[in-house]
Parts: sequence; C-alpha cells; structure tokens
Amino acid sequence: MLNNICLLIGITLMYATPLVFGALGGVISERSGVVNIGIEGMMTIGALSGAAVSFFTGNAWLGFLVAGLAGGAFALLHAVAAVTFKADQNVSGIALNLLGPGIALFVARLIWDGGTQSPIIETLPKIFGSGAFAGSPLANFNVDITVVLGILATIVVWFVLYKTKWGLRVRAVGEHPAAADTLGINVSRIRFICVVLSGMMAGFGGASITLAIIPQFTQTAVAGQGFIALAAVIFGKWTPHGAFGACLLFGMAQALVIILGGGVVPIPSEILACMPYILTLVVLVLFVGRSVAPKADGVPYEKGSRG
Amino acid sequence: MASASAIAPKGKASQDSLLQRILKKPITATFIAIFLGFVVAAILLAAAGYDPIASFTALFEGVFSKPKYISNTIIKAAPIILTGISVAFAFKTGMFNIGAEGQYVAGTVCAVIVGSTLDLPMFLQIPAVVLAGVAGGALIGSITGFLKARFGIHEVITAIMLNWTMLYLNNFVVNSAMFHRPSSTSSIPVNDSSFTMILPEWKLSDQGLETLRNVPWLYDFLVKSDVNIAFLVAILVAILIWFVLYRSKLGFELRAVGFNRDAAEFAGMPVERNTVLAMTIAGGISGLAGALMITGIAPHCISTLAGFENYGFNGFSVALIAGSSPIGCIFAGLLFGGLLYGGTSVQMAVGAPTDIINIMIGTIVFFVALARVVTLIAQHLEKRSAEKANGSGGACAEVGAPASAQAKGQEESHA
Repeated sequence: MLNNICLLIGITLMYATPLVFGALGGVISERSGVVNIGIEGMMTIGALSGAAVSFFTGNAWLGFLVAGLAGGAFALLHAVAAVTFKADQNVSGIALNLLGPGIALFVARLIWDGGTQSPIIETLPKIFGSGAFAGSPLANFNVDITVVLGILATIVVWFVLYKTKWGLRVRAVGEHPAAADTLGINVSRIRFICVVLSGMMAGFGGASITLAIIPQFTQTAVAGQGFIALAAVIFGKWTPHGAFGACLLFGMAQALVIILGGGVVPIPSEILACMPYILTLVVLVLFVGRSVAPKADGVPYEKGSRG
Repeated sequence: MASASAIAPKGKASQDSLLQRILKKPITATFIAIFLGFVVAAILLAAAGYDPIASFTALFEGVFSKPKYISNTIIKAAPIILTGISVAFAFKTGMFNIGAEGQYVAGTVCAVIVGSTLDLPMFLQIPAVVLAGVAGGALIGSITGFLKARFGIHEVITAIMLNWTMLYLNNFVVNSAMFHRPSSTSSIPVNDSSFTMILPEWKLSDQGLETLRNVPWLYDFLVKSDVNIAFLVAILVAILIWFVLYRSKLGFELRAVGFNRDAAEFAGMPVERNTVLAMTIAGGISGLAGALMITGIAPHCISTLAGFENYGFNGFSVALIAGSSPIGCIFAGLLFGGLLYGGTSVQMAVGAPTDIINIMIGTIVFFVALARVVTLIAQHLEKRSAEKANGSGGACAEVGAPASAQAKGQEESHA
C-alpha cells in the first residue's frame, strides 16, 4: 500500500512536469492577451533541441538551456504575427503546431540519418542522484530534477505576475490594453516579450520530456501534451497556481491508470486509458465550471480603439 | 462623413489601380500565402542539400502525371474537405472545433459497428452505415456544445479530452471480442453491401474491364484506385452548408451568435440551443467524413491507433486556408490532398523527408494568418494615392485603421 502511494506520487509528478512548463507558458502569453494554441509546436521544438544538444555535447544541462532558447526563438514567429502584425492569433498558433513538428522531424531525419528517433542520450540528474534509496518505496520520491524546476518556475511566474510591477502591467495589458496604453505602458512590447517567454517555458517543457522522462527524441515524444497543457491553462483559470493544480490532477489520473493497469482491477486497459480525460471533464463540470479568459485575450490591440 | 464612406466603394472602383483592386481581394492573400509556402520549402530543401526544382517536379508529377494519381488525390482530399467544412461551420458560429479529430474517429467506429453487424440490401445498408457515422460524430460534437452552453466549459478543453477518449474507445472496439479480427491489429471489415466505391463490381467484371480498356485514362482512374462517392458527397455538403449559413434563418442566427453572442441573446435568439446545435452539426459532418472513409476505402475497417491520424487536424488547416468558406474548403482540401499525396513521391524521387510537406502547409497557414498585411499594403497604396490627390492628406492619414475611411472620405469630398 505504502509502496503504491509513493509510486502514485512519483508518477504524478513525473507526468505533470512537462505539462506544468507548457501550461505556465500558456498562462504568461494569455495573461498578456495573446492566445497561445501553439504550445504543442513550441514543446516539440524544445524536445528536439534539448535532445540534439545533449546528443552532440553530452551535456544535458546545456541541452535544457538551448531548448528554452529554441522555444523562445520559435515563438518569435507567433510574436511577430500576432503582436506586430496583429494577425489572427488562433490561426498563427495552429500554424506553429504544424511547423513545430514538421521542422523537428525534418531536422531529426537530417541529424539521425533518416530516422526520427535519437539514440539514448545523456539526461538530467535525479534530485538525490541516481540509485538513491534503491529498493525502498522512497525511491519513488527520487524524481527528476525537472520536477523541482517546474515547481520553482510556477512560484516564480506566480510571484512575477502578482507581486511585481511588471506582472501588474502584463495583467493590465491582458484585461484592458487601451487603459494600460493611456498610462504609458507599451502594450505591444509587453505582449511580444510574454509570447517569447511563453515559448521558452514550452521549450523547457519539451526538453523535460526528452532529457528526463524518455532519454531520447522520438516522433511521439510530445504527442498531444501541448494540447493537454493548453487545457490546463483554461482549467486553471489562467493562473499559474491553478494551471499547476490542473497538471497535477492530470498527472495523477495518468498515474492511477498505470497503477490500476497492473491487473489490480478487471477493467480493459483502453477504458482505463480514457479515465484521465473523462475525469478532467467531470471535475470541470462538478467543481470548476465557467472559465473566463482575460478580457482582451485573443484580441489584437489597435492603438486608438476603445477597449 | 458616414454617408460619404457609404457610397465611397462605388465611386472609387474606377479610381483604384489594378494592383490595389487585386490586393483587396481576400483570395489574393491566400495565393500569396501558398506561393510563400513553396518559397520557404524551397529554401529549406536547398539548405538541407536537396534540389528544390527536382522536389517540386516530383510533387507535381506525383499528383498529375497519371489519372490514377489524380483519383488518389481526390480520394485523399474528400475526408479533409469534410472535416474542413466541419471546422469552418463551427468557426462561423463562433466556436473552435478542435474536436473534429475525435468526431471523425467516432464516425469510423460507429460505421464499423453498424456496418459489420447489419447486412441489409445495399440501398438500406449504405444509408444506415453512413447515418451511424454521422450520429457518432454528432453525439461527440453535441457533448462539446452542451458542456459549453450549460456549464460554460470551454469547447477547446472538452474537445481535446474527447479526442483522446475517442482514440482509446476506438482501440477498445478494435480489441473487443465482438469486432476484433483474429491475429491482426484491426477490426473486422464492414459487410460488402456497405461499400460506396463507384461501380465496384462492374469495373472488375469481364464486361466492365473490356469497356474500360478502350478508354485507358478511365481504366487507370477507376480500376487502379478506390474511387468512391466521398468527394461528390463533400461537394454536396459544402453547398448545403453554404445554403444553411447564408440562406436560412437558422444560419443567420448561428452566424449572429458567432459575431456577437450578447447581441444575439439580446435579440432574443436561443443562444444556448444554437451552440449545441452548431456543434452537433459540425460533429455530424466530421462523423460523415469518418463513415465515408470506412465505406469507401479498403480495408473498410478500423485499426488500433497509437496516435491521431490527423484527419480532423488537417481539416483545421483546410478551413483556415479556405478562410472558413464551405465552398473554399473544396479547393483548399484538394490542395491539401495533393500536397499530402504528392509529398510521398518527393521522398521517393529526391530522398527529402516528407516532413517538408508539413512545413510547407504550416508556412501557408502562417502566411494566411498574416493575410491582413496584404490588406494593409492595399490601404497604404490607397493612402498614398489619396495624398497625391489632395496633397495634404498625410497628417490625418497617419493614425492606422481609421485612415482608409478618412482617406476614402477625403477623396470623395475632393472628387
């Protein structure tokens, strides 16, 4: 029993972490008023760059860093389209979801001679070092370092958004850009920066898959987790802590599937696999309800328009 | 001023330069986006050491060089035209149907369940199977609409969750005792009476083969591919949906909800009911795509899915490229089908990864998002000609969006 509880916590955290990074990215961008459907694409770029750098240099930390930078650089496309040219943010986000995996797989085939799968690469360390508590249930708590980074990132994003002047500006720009503009806040600059930061977060999220959970890049490494992160943003009502909670819930549902799937209950594995998704909907209906986006979310800001 | 700008377009048409008039048409921006998609793909191919000209030649030959290829492109295009219409329809009603993927899967699953259980005469069997698929997709769509209307749950979350749920339910049906085909990863196929290929028996009979041999292109077109009715159905659905949207009271109400929810509610329209109805219709169209895929194309069964097959997500790109026009989806879907089908030849001919096609499609969608810029250029040209016309227009034409209206007004008063 104790063993199962420890296992549950360990797997929950493992599954939740990439989602946490992705969802934080979504929160940052959408609080500034730019809808970011492109998290999936940004995560894929992060997953590939992290794996590729670790593959060539053998340094997973460098890979993690580069993944963030690559995600941010890729997000520039969204920033230029959505903020600078005031393009339709949904369309541009969808374009990123097409481009991200396209570019990642194209590059992967060039690097790994036509295959979309990398060899096993150097990964980030576990928090207590590899092999700690081997054999005891506590080994489940020896999680990837990215878990801790994800929690830290959540705290930092929460602090910046709610306790700093800059965070107040971001929220103001997302709620009422015209009012923020009259107070001398540069709406476009704030939004631009937020979209790029969002890409960096998503990049870290992608890398926390390929540099921790599965120690390689594969075609299905990200496989929809960016969309789950997007759902977590809405589920968590566009707050960093809410999104974090949503990711934990989702991670826990996945962990339950794995633990129950071990033959404990006589339910077909495919039905069990549906559980996290149905559970999410049930929780939404029963406990969360109506979700209200930041007021100016998705609306390009035209100077001089009435907000 | 208001009256001046109201009559402005008529009076101005003759004054616009040809370039301005072309740039103002929305279709122009789409063509520019498609062109830029090819340009970016060419640059990437060249950078990766592949010959872009040879690649594009292979792409075009892979679509147009044989009647068989053309019919395969059309076959490939049919389902994504339908999912495209589904997404476009939802867009027009202010909803984001990211769930087309799950609705499509629901369509395939329901079609297989009904098509393999029932064995009626063809004229009953085909409608039964197809309607089962439509109902499956509609059910999934209606859940999304209902949760949004009743509980305010964002349609994107529901749709993402239902997509995955459908994927696993599909696998459940494939592996269930009743529908599993022994020692395979597929279900049993639907009964022959459900098939919707065009003249499936005649074209393979002695008489049919003999007739067709005399018309080589038709032989290639019909016999060497699974030509089926899906494309014709897609065209009909496009016209029907266009009619519903723009020529019916329901369509007017649905679009009103899409434009401004609050105003529609204030005007006494049943917003909640319309939300559910819109998603049900959208889901039904995606389900239809799934059903026709099962009835029209071998192996006429569903298989275990490890990930999504992207029929729904590709529909999204189709709808975006088509600017959410149901009729436009036919052409965008054909373009898309051509790229997907011809893309496989690129890999065979020059060895370039087929992912280049996805990059190309992504680039096209990206520049479609930027279509506004083309309109801005047109406005800029307009502003310049307005400045030239009265010499002092510069000062107040600097303020962005309202500028064109002002320029129009000025030009009008000047004239």
